[in-house]
Amino acid sequence: MNDKVDVLIIGSGASGAAAAWSLADSRMRILCLEQGDWVKPTDYPSNGRDWEERLFTDFAINPNRRARETDYPINDANSPIKVVNFNGVGGGTIMYTAHYPRLKPADFKVRSLDGVADDWPVDYDTLDPFFAENDRMMGVSGLAGDPGYPFHQPPMPPMPLGRTGQHIGRAMNKLGWHWWPSDSTIATEDYEGRGRCINLGHCTPGCAQGAKASTDITYWPAAIRAGVELRTRCRVREITLDENGMASGAIYYDARGEEQFQPAELVIVACNGVGTPRLLLNSQSGRFPNGLANSTDLVGRNLMFHPYAYTYGYVDEEMDGNRGPILCLWSQEFYETDKARDFVRGYTFQINRGTASIVEAISSTAAGRLPFGEEHHAVYRRLLNHRIGLSAICEDLPEAHNRVTLDPVLKDSNGIPAPRIDYTLSDNSRRMMAHGIAHATQVLETAGARDISTEAPILNGGWHLLGTARMGNDPGRSVVNGWGRCHDVKNLFIVDGSIWVTSGGVNPTSTIQALSLWIADNIKRRAADGTLFD
Amino acid sequence: MRAVRKTMSPHMPANIPLTAAEARDLRAFAGTMIPASERYDAPGADDEAIFAEIVKSLGRDREDIGLALRRLTVLAGGAFADLPAERRLVVANELRAEGGLPLAALTRVILLCYYRDDRVMRSLGQEPRPPFPLGHVVEQGDWSLLDPVKKRAPFYRR
Repeated sequence: MNDKVDVLIIGSGASGAAAAWSLADSRMRILCLEQGDWVKPTDYPSNGRDWEERLFTDFAINPNRRARETDYPINDANSPIKVVNFNGVGGGTIMYTAHYPRLKPADFKVRSLDGVADDWPVDYDTLDPFFAENDRMMGVSGLAGDPGYPFHQPPMPPMPLGRTGQHIGRAMNKLGWHWWPSDSTIATEDYEGRGRCINLGHCTPGCAQGAKASTDITYWPAAIRAGVELRTRCRVREITLDENGMASGAIYYDARGEEQFQPAELVIVACNGVGTPRLLLNSQSGRFPNGLANSTDLVGRNLMFHPYAYTYGYVDEEMDGNRGPILCLWSQEFYETDKARDFVRGYTFQINRGTASIVEAISSTAAGRLPFGEEHHAVYRRLLNHRIGLSAICEDLPEAHNRVTLDPVLKDSNGIPAPRIDYTLSDNSRRMMAHGIAHATQVLETAGARDISTEAPILNGGWHLLGTARMGNDPGRSVVNGWGRCHDVKNLFIVDGSIWVTSGGVNPTSTIQALSLWIADNIKRRAADGTLFD
Repeated sequence: MRAVRKTMSPHMPANIPLTAAEARDLRAFAGTMIPASERYDAPGADDEAIFAEIVKSLGRDREDIGLALRRLTVLAGGAFADLPAERRLVVANELRAEGGLPLAALTRVILLCYYRDDRVMRSLGQEPRPPFPLGHVVEQGDWSLLDPVKKRAPFYRR
């Protein structure tokens, strides 16, 4: 049997890495189990001529397509939005867009302000110092002074506007709408050992330069230097309980497929909004026959994705194409609730710089824009590097029937039951997407775009996995309390997007990490004053 | 204890080589989809080197591509490669109109290999190299465009 550790963290992605780093200064013995591998800079697709092909193979965003040995399958047949993720050190931050908005103050008070869903048990001002600390650790570029946000000062200057940013910015100005250079975790200066961005093209499939902040190159080196152990190729099957109903550790399969038990005083789950409910539901016992910490039957429920409505067109001038990170601006003109609209809450527009060259050919062939035969060449030259587009990232409200359960048949390579997703778009989401498409079309037309098309919701757009182990002060209506501790098991914590009460309308990584730092801070403080398990 | 690996997805590599008839039809389809162009000094997708890349790259899509080629044969009433050029384009567009995942896999592998060929990239004005380590240049742009937005009062709710 392995030696007992003080803290066992399951998952090394955005939230697990932040928690590990924060807890390291407590001098507790901390171990993180990660089912995937380290990714070396030389592994990334941008090192090779076949980089776009690898977006469809070993660096595909959909785990069912990617199908690495370190991935687990997901039955997503009953969902119009497919789960995308990455399993490895850094988790989803390896393949995210690095778009880094925070939730806004009103996002924590949805019930009070708009009469829907629930308020959070924590607020923006409480998290503000943790946002700032996280910005420093991840290395955020951006421009202070956005009128859409409380003031904050990113540590690096913003990414360049480029041709696309200027083109869209002019159109937004004509309409009198808000736009702003995005906060991003792409280094625009040499930063803490990371090289500055050299525009390797779209950096979703990882950054060979190391300019994009994934936690394997930000939090983890610091955490490991501080004494945290990170064990890769360790896939956790279940969390175990002792006779007092406290978490006692985890059973996992090591790199050789051997079953191991890792005892721990305290367990932190950081497996994302699908992996976390899967693990809890697989952790069945006499005390919790329906899954660990699931006395309320809320584990796996209230899955929120953020439906994306993507609208794009083509302009006569050459744009940035795939030269540079894909996202460069945001607009929050339609973020806050407006009672004159036929939906509650709102969305962010994220502005796409362009499309990778071959992906342009593939998507335009699928859409019927790019003909077969002699005309193919001329048409392709009018499309390549001429695309501009906007995605409305729509707030998804919690609904109990949108959920993660265990598939009765599908299993991963260790024989562990795989997750099944059942998800439907709400009428509110549909109306919000329609609003986003109509207003994106207005921007594109103002920008002189032709051949305007949409994809809504984006099929492989399930980046943001939220809400499946929600936080709250009422143990009857939530899985964890206001600082991430499970109501049912007092030494079991959850720090990933599962605990979100509502989704806001922004990419969640910044807030996921700030929350994780806040929870880790609570663990340290309460361990010191003896109130951790009260 | 190592559990038996279950099927991850319907896209696992089949590792079955193309039959001679499939290879002939695939090459003819590739050349119909993207013929050579004198105007743009670009080879066709049925070019020998490009086609060799396509065959090497079928991978996990082999099964779907086989399905698409079988459907192409049905629509052609026999070997697609035996049709005259004008008829090939008609039949290829019939297959395209039917849509589906097999067609998507077929066109995707052709495009992925065609547009990374050195000659094709040069004809598009692109440098035939991987993105790393040279990268690209993105202009800073005119930051004064942001001035009207900077003048706006804060509009987030508390």
